[in-house]
Amino acid sequence: MTKISNLGVVETLKGLNKKDFSSVEVTKEYLQLIENEKKLNAYIHFNTEKSLSLAELSDERRAKNEALPLDGLPIAVKDIFCVKGERTSACSKILENFIPNYESTVTSKLWQAGGVYIGKTSMDEFAMGSSNETSYFGSVVNPWSKEEEKLVPGGSSGGSASAVAARLAPIALGTDTGGSIRQPASFCGTVGMKPTYGRCSRWGIIAFASSLDQAGPLTRSVQDSALILQNMAGFDNLDSTSVDIKVPNFLDSCSRSIKGMKIGIPKEYKINELSSEVENIWNEGIRWLQDAGAEIVEVKLPHTKYALPTYYIVAPAEASANLARYDGVKYGYRKEDIKDLEQMYSQTRAEGFGEEVKRRILIGTYVLSAGYYDAYYLRAQKVRTKIVEDFNLAFKNCDAILTPTAPTGAFKVGEKNMDPVTMYMNDVFTVPASLAGLPAISIPSGLDSNGYPLGLQLIGKGFDEETLFSVGTILEKSANFKSI
Amino acid sequence: MREAIKLKGETGIWEMVIGLEIHAQVNCKSKLFSGSATDFGASPNSQVSYVDAAMPGMLPVINSEAVNQAIKTGHALNAKINNISIFDRKNYFYPDLPQGYQISQFKSPIVGEGWINIDLGKGEIKKIGIERLHLEQDAGKLMHDQHPRLSFVDLNRSGIPLMEIVSKPDMRDWEEAGAYLRKLRSIVRYIGSCDGNMDQGSLRCDANISVRRPGEEFGTRCELKNINSVKFMMKAVEFEAYRQIEIIENGGEVKQETRLYDPNKNETRSMRSKEEAHDYRYFPDPDLLPLNISNDRIEKYKDELPELPDQKRERFQKDYGLSFYDADVLTADKSYADFFEIVSKGRDAKFVANWVITNFFAMLNEVEKSIEESPVNAQQLGELFDLIQDGTISGRTAKDVFEEMFTNGGRANDIVEAKGLKQISNTDELESMAKKIIEDNSEQVSKYKNGNEKLFGWFVGQMMKNTGGTANPKVVNEILKTLLNK
Repeated sequence: MTKISNLGVVETLKGLNKKDFSSVEVTKEYLQLIENEKKLNAYIHFNTEKSLSLAELSDERRAKNEALPLDGLPIAVKDIFCVKGERTSACSKILENFIPNYESTVTSKLWQAGGVYIGKTSMDEFAMGSSNETSYFGSVVNPWSKEEEKLVPGGSSGGSASAVAARLAPIALGTDTGGSIRQPASFCGTVGMKPTYGRCSRWGIIAFASSLDQAGPLTRSVQDSALILQNMAGFDNLDSTSVDIKVPNFLDSCSRSIKGMKIGIPKEYKINELSSEVENIWNEGIRWLQDAGAEIVEVKLPHTKYALPTYYIVAPAEASANLARYDGVKYGYRKEDIKDLEQMYSQTRAEGFGEEVKRRILIGTYVLSAGYYDAYYLRAQKVRTKIVEDFNLAFKNCDAILTPTAPTGAFKVGEKNMDPVTMYMNDVFTVPASLAGLPAISIPSGLDSNGYPLGLQLIGKGFDEETLFSVGTILEKSANFKSI
Repeated sequence: MREAIKLKGETGIWEMVIGLEIHAQVNCKSKLFSGSATDFGASPNSQVSYVDAAMPGMLPVINSEAVNQAIKTGHALNAKINNISIFDRKNYFYPDLPQGYQISQFKSPIVGEGWINIDLGKGEIKKIGIERLHLEQDAGKLMHDQHPRLSFVDLNRSGIPLMEIVSKPDMRDWEEAGAYLRKLRSIVRYIGSCDGNMDQGSLRCDANISVRRPGEEFGTRCELKNINSVKFMMKAVEFEAYRQIEIIENGGEVKQETRLYDPNKNETRSMRSKEEAHDYRYFPDPDLLPLNISNDRIEKYKDELPELPDQKRERFQKDYGLSFYDADVLTADKSYADFFEIVSKGRDAKFVANWVITNFFAMLNEVEKSIEESPVNAQQLGELFDLIQDGTISGRTAKDVFEEMFTNGGRANDIVEAKGLKQISNTDELESMAKKIIEDNSEQVSKYKNGNEKLFGWFVGQMMKNTGGTANPKVVNEILKTLLNK
C-alpha cells in the first residue's frame, strides 16, 4: 500500500471512503511527519488534541454513512486565517499571542465539509514577502534544498507550499495578494491557485491589501486544487466584495478537452530578468498545449511593465490603513513602561512590526499623503485601470494566458533579502493578474539546472477558473512533474 | 426686511460669515457597518461587535437602513441624491478609533447640494444653502475617571452611523445660525432620521466663522468644536466674532485654526492650527464597493416623505386660519403639531392654538418638560376645552383646573365637579342675586347712574365674589347691564 502521505486530496478521500484507513490514522501520520520534519519550520502552531478529536468525529460520521465531501481530510492553514481558539498571528510579533474567538468564512466552510485542522503554517509577516524570510517565527526551508544549501520556499505562503511539497499535508491554504500563492507554489513544485477576486470570502482573513487579497489552495495536483476550491468558494454577505455568482463544478472542468482553445502568449513577459531556463520551460509549455489541440496566439499586454510599481503603491497604501489597528490598545503586543500615548503607539509598533512591514507602512503612508496622493496613489489607480483594460482586450482573442510564474527558480536563504527591490522582482509575473482581479494558477512544469522546480502560470478571465483547471490538467500531464 | 446683526468695533462695522457642520446620529437599529445595537446609555462595551472593535480580519458591511435615512434627509433638504457615492478611509490614530481610520465619505458624498428655509421671526424667511450630506462612523469614547493611572475606552459609540450635514457659509449672525440649527433639528425629527437630542449627543454642531467689513471678501475662518446646544452655539459664535474683530483691529491676522468652545467660561480656545492639522490621507475604502443607489430607491423615499415643517405651517395657516406666528410655533416641532391637531379636532382651532401656546407650552416650559412627558395629554386637554366651550366653566376657571390636572392629575370634568367650579349660567339665579346686590348698595348704584361707569366692574366683582368665580361672566354682564340701565 502507498504511504498515506503520498496520497493527494482526491486519493486520500478515496482511501477513507474505501476504509483503507481512518481519519485518525491519516491525521496521526501527518502529525508524526510534521514532528519529524521540524527543521523545515513549515508549521508554527498545532493543536494535536483538536486535530485528533476532529478526526475521530469524522470517523464516526463515516461509520454512520454520513461522510461529508472532505470528511477526514487534514488541512493545513496559513497563519493569516483566523481559526477559532487557535493562535493566529500573521507571523508577526504584534499578534504573537492573538487567539480569535471567531472562524474565517473559508476555513469554516472547509470544516463544515469535514476537513480536519492539522496546524498553522508559517508565512511572511502580514503576507509581505516573497521568500518567507520576514516571518517572526524564522525562515521556512524549501524541501527541495540540498544538504548545505538552504533554499527559500517563496512567499508569502511559504509554509503552506513547503508543507504540501514535503508531504506534511495533502493540502494547505494560502492567500495571494501579488503572487503569494503562485510564486511559492512554483518554488516548491506544487499547484497554487489564486481564484478570481470575490470568489472566496475575505472575512476572517487578516487583511494585507483588501482590494487584492484572495484565498486559495496549494496542492500537489490540479484536481486536488479544483476539489478544494469547490469547497472554499461562494458568496458571503459578510464580505461586501465577495461576488454572488454560482460556483461551477471545478472537478468536472479538469477532464475537459482544450481542443480549439486559444492560449495567449504576451511578449511583454519576455523581460531581461527572465532566466533562460524559465524561458525554455515556457516554450515547452506552449508546445504541450499546441499538442493538445490548443491554438497559440500572441496577445498584447502593453502596460505590464507598470504593473510592479503600481502594485507596490496600491498594496502598501491599503496596508498602511489595514495595519493601523495594531496599536497596542485593544489586543496584541503592547510596549510596557511607556510615558504617554504617543510613545505607546510608536514603541508598540516599532517593536511589534518587522522591517519589511514597517517599510511598506511607510511607503503606503507616503503615497497617500497630501501632496503625493495624486502623483502616486491616484496615478497607480489609473494605471491599474489600464492593466484591467489590457486583459479585457487580450481575452477577446484568447481563453487563457500562459506565462512563467516567476522569473527564476528558488534562491538561497539570505540571497536576496538585503535588497527589497530585487526581492520585489519575484512578483513581476504574478502582480498583473492580481491587479486585474483575475484567476491564475501555477503548475509545476519542470526543473532548472540546479534541479529546483519551476512553475508556469495560467491567467484566466474573471470567474473562469474552469478553463484554468482544464488547461492546467494538460500542462500537468505533459510536464509529468516528479514531486519529491 | 430683517437686517443681520452687525458688530461695532473700534474702527467701524463688521459683518459675520457663518457656516455650520452638523453631525446627526442616524436613527437606526444597528451600526453603520455592523449589526450591533445603538441604544443610548447602555453599559460600557456592551454594544460592540468584532467589527466595531476592529478585530483582525473583520470587514464592514453597509447598513441599508442608514442609507435610506440619509436619502430621506437629503430629500428633506431639497438636495440631490447621488446614484454613486464612495466610502473613504480617514486615517488617524486615537484610542477611541479602533480601526485607526474612520470610514467616511470624502470626495463623493451620498447627498449633494440643497437648501432649507429658516425663520427669522415676523414671518420672514431666509434660504440657507446646503453644501452636502455624507455618512460616516462615530468613534468610541475615552473614560479618564475610572482608574488613577489608566484611561479606559468605551466602544459602544464606535461605528454608530452619523450624517454630517454641511451648510454653505450663508448665515450672517448668531440669530440666523440658531434658526438654522433649530430648523435642521426640526426637519430631521419630522422625518425621523435623527432624534435631535443635543444633550445626549445625537446632534452635534461645529461652527465655521469669519468676520469681514460689509461687502468685502470672506475673512480667514476658525472652526469651533464641542458645541452641544443651540444656546452655546450662538454664544460661541458671538464670542468668536468679537475675538476675531479685536485681533484684526489691533493690526493682527486671524489664524485659520480649530478652536474649542468652553461653555463654562464662555470662550473659545485654540485646539490646533492649520499647520498642526492632521493629514488624514483619505482614500477609497477597498473593503466597500461604491454605494450604488437606484433611481427607484431615490424616488421611493421622495414619495414617502412626510409633511415637512414649512408645508405644515402653510397648511395650518390655510386650514385652521392661524396666524403665521401661531402656525410657526405649533409646527416648529412635530410633536407640537401632532398634539395641536389632536386637540383641535372638532374644536375651535384658533382658540385651541392660542390656549396651547399661551398656557400649555408656558406650563411645560416652567417645569422643563417635553410634550411627550406632559402629565396632561391631548385628549385630556380637549376635554377641558369642551367645558370652556359649552360654558360649563369660565376661561379663568379653566386655567385653575388645568393647573390642578397638570400638578395632581385627574380629568377636567371630575375636578370641576369635585370642587364645585361649574359656572352658573342660570339667568334666574343670577338675576335674583344681582337684584339683591343692587338693593343692598344703593349708594354705588346712584354713583354709577351719575356717570361713574367704572363702577360697573365693581358690580361684576361682587357677583363673582358671591359665586366663588363660577358665574358665567357673559351672562353676568348682560344681567347687570339690563338692571342698572333701567
